[in-house]
This record gives sequence, structure tokens and C-alpha cells, in this order.
Amino acid sequence: MLEIPVIRWGQPYESMEQSPVVHFETGEELAKVHQANGGIIKMDMRKAKKARDILRQHSIEDLIGMCEKAAAYYVNDELPMGNGTQTPEEFCRIQSASTGLPEHMCKFNMGKSAYVMKNMGAVLDALTRGLPLDVFSKGYGEEGRGIKISYQATTNACGWVLPSNSPGVHTLWLPVIPLQIGLVLKPGSSEPWTPYRMFEAMVKAGIPREAFCLYPGPHECGSAIMETCERSTIFGGQATVDQHAGNPKVAAHGPGYSKIVIGEDKIEDWEQYIDLMVDSLYVNSGRSCISASGIWVPKYGAEIADAIAQKLGPIGPKPMTDPESGLAAFTTKGVAEAMNNMIEEGCKSSAVTDVTAKYRDGERLIEEERCDFLRPTVLHVTDPDDEMANTEFMFPFGSVVECPQDKFLKKCGYTLVCTAITDDEDFQRDLIDATNIDRLNLGEVRTYQIHWMQPHEGNIIDFLFRNRAFQTEPPPPTEV
Amino acid sequence: MTLDDKVKAAREAVDKQTVEIVQLHFHPEDGAPYWLEKAKGYDFDPLTDVNCFDDLKKFPLFEDDDLRGGPVDRFLPKKWHNEPRYVFETGGTTGTPKSRCVVRDHWIDYEEFSKTLPDEYFPPGSNWLMLGPSGPRRLRLAVEHLCQHRGGICFCVDLDPRWVVKLLKKGKIDEAKEYSAHVIDQAMTILTSNHNIKGMFATPKLLEALALRLIDEESSIEEIGITGIFAGGTEFTPQWYRFCKEELLGPNVYITPTYGNTLMGLACGKPFDPADNFKITYYAPQPRAVVEVVNFDNYDEVVDYDETGRVKLYTLTHELFIPGFMERDEGEREKPHEKYPWDGVSGTRPFHEIAKSTTVGVY
Repeated sequence: MLEIPVIRWGQPYESMEQSPVVHFETGEELAKVHQANGGIIKMDMRKAKKARDILRQHSIEDLIGMCEKAAAYYVNDELPMGNGTQTPEEFCRIQSASTGLPEHMCKFNMGKSAYVMKNMGAVLDALTRGLPLDVFSKGYGEEGRGIKISYQATTNACGWVLPSNSPGVHTLWLPVIPLQIGLVLKPGSSEPWTPYRMFEAMVKAGIPREAFCLYPGPHECGSAIMETCERSTIFGGQATVDQHAGNPKVAAHGPGYSKIVIGEDKIEDWEQYIDLMVDSLYVNSGRSCISASGIWVPKYGAEIADAIAQKLGPIGPKPMTDPESGLAAFTTKGVAEAMNNMIEEGCKSSAVTDVTAKYRDGERLIEEERCDFLRPTVLHVTDPDDEMANTEFMFPFGSVVECPQDKFLKKCGYTLVCTAITDDEDFQRDLIDATNIDRLNLGEVRTYQIHWMQPHEGNIIDFLFRNRAFQTEPPPPTEV
Repeated sequence: MTLDDKVKAAREAVDKQTVEIVQLHFHPEDGAPYWLEKAKGYDFDPLTDVNCFDDLKKFPLFEDDDLRGGPVDRFLPKKWHNEPRYVFETGGTTGTPKSRCVVRDHWIDYEEFSKTLPDEYFPPGSNWLMLGPSGPRRLRLAVEHLCQHRGGICFCVDLDPRWVVKLLKKGKIDEAKEYSAHVIDQAMTILTSNHNIKGMFATPKLLEALALRLIDEESSIEEIGITGIFAGGTEFTPQWYRFCKEELLGPNVYITPTYGNTLMGLACGKPFDPADNFKITYYAPQPRAVVEVVNFDNYDEVVDYDETGRVKLYTLTHELFIPGFMERDEGEREKPHEKYPWDGVSGTRPFHEIAKSTTVGVY
């Protein structure tokens, strides 16, 4: 049986209790994962400075080079996994088996992570706006115009409380190590695979293992990480986001409520954008915060919803090994049913129509012995104030909302990714100025087509470093 | 005496205790008002039909909601009604808490427990720190009595767990942490004030917080003078036990797990044995209380050894009679031990059917 230990600053630690990771369809035990407890984390974090010190024995450029090597190891090599080893193919298979994500999506996410690692130099160059990287090692330097600058690390170790159901998020923590900051991960209970494989790939590439902690474990581990790391990131629902709002130590990533909006100037051409809309709703089984959950249009809502529904409505579950498999399974019993009930309740509104219903052969909810599926659902919503106008679920789900263009920004709420199809300069200006939109795409960009040289939900450089004043000599005289 | 002999003797003692306690609680003049009223509805006569422990199965399961509200002395035999009485509460974050009226039971429970503590680590005459809930809880007075019984003085802190539960339910995590820090501040003041404190009760969370505070101040539990600790709660897991021994306390500080509540008193942990691999096994303070591990679907049926079931509790003292109460915990049934020659329970954890709605680890 595969056993995966806790990693405490690079050292494996076997706990008294282990938690099984099981196959979502068969219930077969795939691995036993050792479990950290909160006290261990609190104890270890007292040594976090050592991780930063060890990483600073290598230059950022060297660490970037190691990341590039690690990218190749990650996608190509058989790497250690607990008390065994794992090939890339085994990795995809087991990740699919525990998360319910089809294998081809696991492979896609694997490639995405490898891409970011391979291009770490370019990513950091973009995120630091081209600053000399030794500024982050030394804490100060010169910007290039004779101006001294200082970027002070806000933490010796950065914690990440990771989800179980979305392997795509792992790209976000990859820059931490080359920035010479200790990495503390709490893997999701059914997705230990990516953090452990990435750890082994990085270690094989020469990155000191003492820079890593991996703490699979119960909820108290997440709390302990957020309590003891001066900077940490957590993934969760809206309640998690609300709980940590205003806490500078914690970045909470929640639902994206990502949207496509078509301007009045482009709406007559709506048929040209159907594929873009379908893909944005459907890719990665709608599981990402960057998957679209809303299509906002000034008119033709019924027609657009119908066109999307014709494409998505007939789609049903397929075997996880099928390259055409587009629906991820819900591996926790009751979750899909609860979502289905919420949608059914929402559809009782006179403003809401489930347009996919007529294109489905059967119910939205498919219950199997050990897992459930929700088939793609497209709603036509005629009232932008209706609850279903701005809702997100973890499957291909979207609301086509009819809303006048001049009301969009007032009604759309927080939007992680907004793809705006418009050439209307005034509307574009309003979109650019809107602070409730995080990532803005002006043009035909699918919501999930994110450029890795762009910051995501805040620039990680600003999260991990503080731009503060730094002088080595008095300023020039102020008299004029 | 072989273990089998000891087991047999222990069983006989429980049978004898059962009869004695039932006779008292159902005595027409001296009995407990609650049980005398209940007896009117039974199709058996407790005074004549309860002749051994197994006869307690004739009683319906005890509903702990009956412990809410007054008069609180209705469970206390009238024989004790003219004695000075305490009332201890449990739970009570919202609504009327469950309560128990006591004369001497808490003293007796802890005097019995005292016999299990090694003098080497809990030196008689040394002082104690009680790092646990205060207010209307029994634990506060019981630990103080334990310390006094062993010739010491007990130093206590203020700790209101109901406030902590409220903070956690409102998601005010930072405030809960501040409250914990406030409790640890009190402990640090006591421990650094030359009080010759060697013994301590602490909850796992508070012990951990205290140990880490001491480490931050370049000291330790051992350095501050503590030699013996008893701690309790479902958070006292094998993993935490190991972590605590290996990383918080070191080899020279003794810690023993306990499992208890206001109804039962205090169950003792099986003495530490490296061969147990940190498995924690509790034994009820028989014959004053009995713990069974019973089938989830049939609470009258004890599961086999090493099998999992729900914890069922019986209290058989002169002040309280509970003929079968379903605890909020589950665990595995364990074989009798030389020191405790009756069934034990290991791996206690919140009963899986109600675990999701329970707020644990509040202090």
C-alpha cells in the first residue's frame, strides 16, 4: 500500500493515524496519507527562517534554472511518491481516481503546472516588472535609474491550504520557492498527488528539501498554517473568503463568478461567440474559478442560451479514461444533490428558465453508487437581480443574463475574470475602471485562457514582499 | 491472583454496587425524587428485580436532557438533602445547561484517581496549576481537591469555555486566539512566581499553547518545574500524545490521559507502554461507574473486543444513578488490564453521527 508521510522541512514524518485516499468509483484504497496535527505545524514554523536562509544560499536565477529542470522531471520522470514511485501516467490515473476529474484533464493540468515552472524566469520577470532579482534576495538594490529600492520579504514561509477538487490551482504557489521563501502546503484530502510530485521534482532538480513542508491533515492544520505563517493562501467557498476579508496575512481564493459580457455594439454578432462561450463554461468541467458562470448580454438572451444549451445539454458522463470525457464526478455524496436542489429552487423564479432541460435525455443529477454527476446546465435569466443571475457551481453551469449594458457593472458583482466583447470605448473605459473586476480580457479571450505573466487575484510579489523606503545616504538638499 | 480472578472479582464488585445503589436511589424515604417518580412507570420493581449489573438493562436509556433545569437535587437521594450541596454544569452555551447536584462525589472520584498518580512525578505536598475551565464546572473544584488531597495548593485561572464556543460559532477566530493567549498569560504569571508548582491539569490545546509559549521564551514545561500532567478530552489522540511526549514535554515529564465528564467522574488511561504505540485506552472508575462499548444499532449489545461501538455510560454512586446513558463518543472495546481488571475503551472520538455538529477543542 502506498503510504505518504508528512514532510517537515524536508524530513518525512510518519504519524500515528493515517487517512485513506480512495477511488471515487470503486472505494478501493489508493494510499494511506499520514496526518499532521496543528501542534507540529506551530512547532515547525518556529524554524521557518532556516528555510529562507537555505534558499538564499542559491541565487534566484539558480532556483529558476532548477524550476526549469523540475518542470521536465514533473512531466516526464518516474518520481518518488511516499514509499513508492510514480510515473506521469500513474500520476494522472491516480489523480483522476481520487478527484473524479477525467484523466485527460489531469494531464492538461499537469502540463499547465509544468509550463509555469519551465517559464518561471519569464513569470517572475513579468510579476516583478523586470526588477533585478537580487533585490528580492538582498532586500534592496537599484531600479536602474539610480533609484534605490527595497523589497522586504513579509514572511519566511508562505502557507497554502489547498483544495481537493481543482488541481489547476497548484500553479499559483510555484513562484514561492524561487523567490527564496519557504513553502508550506496543506494538500487537499483527496489530492496529495500534485504537491508531493512537485516537491519531488523540485528536490530532484537540486532545490533543498529543507525548504518544504507538506502537512496533510485535518482542518486544524489549515488553521495552524494560517496562524503561524505570516502569509498564507486558502481556497474555499464564499464563507471562507468572507471570514478572511481584511486580513493582510491571508489571501482567500473563493468562487470566481467569472463572466463574459457582450456589448451593445457586438450583440448582433452573438452567433460568432458561441464557441467562446461554450468553451468558457465547459472546459475543465467548469470546476475552475476561471470557468465562466455567467454570460451577460443586453438582448437575445433566450437565443444565446438556447444555442449554448444545444451544444452542452446532450453531454453526459463518460469513463474517466475517455479523452472525450468532459464531466468531473462529485466524489462527496450529497454535494451534487444539494447543488441540484439549489438550481431547482432557483428555477421556480419566473425570471429563470432551464434551457438545457429540453436537450438532456434525463435528469440533471445522475446518482451513482459512490459518486454523482451534474449534467451541464444553462439558465436563461431575464432579471439581473435574480439570485440565479450570479451563481457559481462546480460543474458546467452558466446563466445567460439579460441586462442593459449601462447596468452591467452595477449588477455583476465581484468578477474574477471578465471577458468583454465590445469595441465601445466608453464601455471599455468603464470596465477598466471597475474595481469589482479582477482579470479583464478586452476581446475574444476565453475566460480560462489566462496568461501566466499576469498576476492572479493580486500580485504574489506584493503579497510576499513589502516595497518600503531604504536609504544609505541622506537625501539631496531640499533648498531650491 | 490471576487476571481472570481479578476480572471476576471486579464483576462481583459491580454487581454488589449495582444492588446497593439501586436500593438507595429507589428507597421510598431516602431515594432520589427523580427515580422514585420514574419507577411508577416501570413494569418492574427496581428494589426487587435488580440483582446484578446486567439487570440495569431493564431500565430504558437515560435521556440526558432530563438533567436540564430544576430542581437540580431531584437526582440526589433525599438521604443527602440536608448536606451542603454543589451544583455543577456541563455544556450550556445556549439555553439551560445540564447540571448535576453533588455532595461528595467529586471528591471521592478524584481521591480514587489520586491513587493512580505516581508520586515520583506528582510529589505529595507540591503545588498544582489547574489550566482548564472554571466557573460552574466540576473540574475546577475536583482538581483543586485532588491537589489538596495530595497535600498541595492549587492555582487556578479564569476560563469560560462557553464564551470561546460563542466566538468560534461566530467565526471570531482571532478573538478566540486572544482569549487563549489571555489564559496562557495567567498561567505564565503563576508559573513564574515561585509557587513550587509541579503538577498540572490542562486541556490538550492549552497545554500545547503553554508549551509553545515557553519554547518561545526559551524555556520549557520541564524547565519551568512541571513534572506531572494529566490532560483530557477527545483531542488527546495518539498522534497528539506522541507529539506531546516527544516534542513538547521531553522524557522527564509524565503525562497521563484521562477521559471524563460530570456524570461519570474520571476514567484513567492505561499506563504508558511503548508497545501500545501511543494507543490510548481508558478504564472507568469501577465500580462507581462503568463504561461499555455497544453496537451502534443495539445499545444493549456489547461489541466484541477490538470492535468499534458507541460508548455507553453507567453511574453507580451514592449520589447519582444513571442506568445507561449514550455518550457522544465512539471507540473500540479493550480487554481488562492488570491495574484495571474490567473492559476499557480506546480510540475515543466524537460519535460519527453527531460529530459534524459538535464544536470540539474550545479551550
